[in-house]
Amino acid sequence: MIKKEMIAMLLAGGQGSRLGILTQKIAKPAVSFGGKYRIIDFPLSNCINSGVDTVGVLTQYQPLRLNTHIGIGIPWDLDRNIGGVTILPPYEKKEGSDWYSGTANAIYQNLEFMEYYNPEYVLILGGDHIYKMDYEAMLKFHKENDADITIATIPVPIEEASRFGVVITDETGRIHEFEEKPAHPRSNLASMGIYIFKWEVLREALITLRKQPGCDFGKHIIPYCHENDRRIFAYEFNSYWRDVGTLLSYWEANMELIDVVPEFNLYEEYWKIYTKAEALPPQFIGEDAQIVGSILGDGCEIEGHVENSVIGNGVMIAKGAVVKDSIIMNHTVIGEDAVIERAIVAEDVAIGAKTEIGLFGDAENELRADIYGGGLVTIGEKSVVPEGVKIGRNVVISGVTEAADYPEGVLASGKALIKEDDDL
Amino acid sequence: MKAIGIILAGGSGNRMGDLTSRRASAAMPVAGGYRAIDFALSNMSNSGIERVEVLPQFNAKSLTEHLNSSKWWDFGRKQGGLFVMHPTITYENNSWYRGTADAMHQNMEFLVKSHEPYVVICSGDGISKMDYNEVLDAHVQKDADITIVVKRMPEGADLTRFGVAETDENGRVLSLEEKPLNAKSQLVSTGVYLIRRRLLIDLLDRTCGEGRYNFVQDVLIRLLPTLKVYAFETKGYWNNVTTIESYYETNMDFLKPEVRDYFFKQYPPVYTKADDLPPAKYNYGSAIKNSLVASGSIINGTIENSVIFRNAFVGHGSVIRNSIIMEDVYIGENTTIENCIIESRDILKSNTVYAGEGGEIKVVLEKNKKDE
Repeated sequence: MIKKEMIAMLLAGGQGSRLGILTQKIAKPAVSFGGKYRIIDFPLSNCINSGVDTVGVLTQYQPLRLNTHIGIGIPWDLDRNIGGVTILPPYEKKEGSDWYSGTANAIYQNLEFMEYYNPEYVLILGGDHIYKMDYEAMLKFHKENDADITIATIPVPIEEASRFGVVITDETGRIHEFEEKPAHPRSNLASMGIYIFKWEVLREALITLRKQPGCDFGKHIIPYCHENDRRIFAYEFNSYWRDVGTLLSYWEANMELIDVVPEFNLYEEYWKIYTKAEALPPQFIGEDAQIVGSILGDGCEIEGHVENSVIGNGVMIAKGAVVKDSIIMNHTVIGEDAVIERAIVAEDVAIGAKTEIGLFGDAENELRADIYGGGLVTIGEKSVVPEGVKIGRNVVISGVTEAADYPEGVLASGKALIKEDDDL
Repeated sequence: MKAIGIILAGGSGNRMGDLTSRRASAAMPVAGGYRAIDFALSNMSNSGIERVEVLPQFNAKSLTEHLNSSKWWDFGRKQGGLFVMHPTITYENNSWYRGTADAMHQNMEFLVKSHEPYVVICSGDGISKMDYNEVLDAHVQKDADITIVVKRMPEGADLTRFGVAETDENGRVLSLEEKPLNAKSQLVSTGVYLIRRRLLIDLLDRTCGEGRYNFVQDVLIRLLPTLKVYAFETKGYWNNVTTIESYYETNMDFLKPEVRDYFFKQYPPVYTKADDLPPAKYNYGSAIKNSLVASGSIINGTIENSVIFRNAFVGHGSVIRNSIIMEDVYIGENTTIENCIIESRDILKSNTVYAGEGGEIKVVLEKNKKDE
């Protein structure tokens, strides 16, 4: 009979709406990160590096990019005879069909998948954080405490703790109280949304709460287990961990990779991050190019000036173009003498020659000031920006735009230019 | 495609001296991120060949490591796939591959047990992008016994390291000469041959039975008068990495936009083993011009007209010009490298000068090995 000590369930179905236009057509875990990676590469690599070789990936929102990226799991060595990676979308049942209505509901709908592997422990992961973590060490902690549930936590500055769900523990690490976004936090240990459950504990809770609408780990499963006196422990993680849930935090986490010795080091040999490699040649740096303080993916052709930026695979930056403090994702083409500052440019975008992005003073975004802030310009995938236009800050652009969309060749700060795709 | 493939990767490449002391020529690193054999493998894969045999011999460690999984070239298959056949000792046979024909002959089962009517044979050190279907079409049209893919070299080029084919107006090969001093034509063999499988089996049985073991000498040249051998001229890029000069030249060719465009932007792509390295990183103080840089590299110095393979570290103040830096090389600070080929897995100390003088390319092996 198949027996896996611990399997992982990776929740990758969320939209990540605070990433705005970046997640318009792709799920947040499939968003590019750090030049050649996608966000989901981090938890998937952590799994295989921790010896967890059975991973269910729960998808729901816009899964195409995620599916093609994961495939049969070859980049992570998760193509296995027994186990490996399995994509778990919502499915139709005899009594009807249900979308995944919450994190725990999604797991509940895949009880059969977990039962097949007959695990002792189930690791619940999110697909939206950047970190390197040894889940095996966490499992050891879990076993040592004979815990029913172990929650990975990270110390955060106490003044920021009110943004998180915090846990209050005794000296053994056992959790006695939870506070969700407390106004006056009594602890600085924030939950990372990573859980190890004893399989029978998880199973019992999921089945008991199966009728709970929108059943969620943080809101329902953990409180239910807590009420039933389950042994819940906090595993303290003291290393780099970034939530890249907002455009600004996403941009900052990318920029942190550029530091001479970054706190989050991708160049370490012993905990590699794997990703699906495209068949791409090395990057070519042209005669007039100038590149400083930047990381670049494979297959780029750079003729312009790149400074303090993260450049994805296959990006073309033409002569005279300047890219500064920006993230340029895979296969985007930047025309001659274009100037781009403080921008997040998604995949397969074309920026016309002599266009300038990130000009003028700050102004609040007219569409969603809470999403498009920080002075950043965000350009959605497959967008086209015409030649010679001037674009301000806190701007969002999506779709094939033309000169006519820029009155007098200008898109002022705070504007949102979203053109719907007629074909879809 | 109705063909199986054989890649001859046994050559010692001794004309490359120190560079092939560590690896067969088919395993030579090319274009910043590839090995020579990737081109033959990708061509076979892209032409739709599904069963490929690689025949290594000399210094096969690097090559075998590179081929540890066949999935990168799409050969990870249940039907067909990639077969790396090293020489083995059996009760009947205790010799190494005594030549290219012998290598194929010793692995006769691969030929006998296949059912595809044709075989594409190619050498592992040729750098090209070929659709072998075009070769097959020409082969069938001419009703040839053997088709040799040839490349027309410019007038005045030094052909003494090539096999030169003389043809009639129909493309039939009249003579084939290895390393001629006075070449009779500008057509050189690219080391790619197409032949009917049954005929290859017969020719190998006959030739090796007579104690002759070299495919070019003993089959192609010796039996030329008895066979219909035709030349198929490829118009695309072709070079091979068999001498230090041709190795250097081939790598430098990839700095030309038209060569990169041909290999890397036009479909289909060239495949290689994925190696999970992070993006290349350019710190403040770096200055790079007209160069190829592969993943995992960290650049602090100046680089011009060079090809930098994976995982290089270039220290502050170091200057690299017109050079090839192979994989996993650590270069300290304020070191100057000009007209050099730096061997892989090496450490070059700070404040040192390496330069190839008088148009010569210097091969640098410091043997300050990083990880052995």
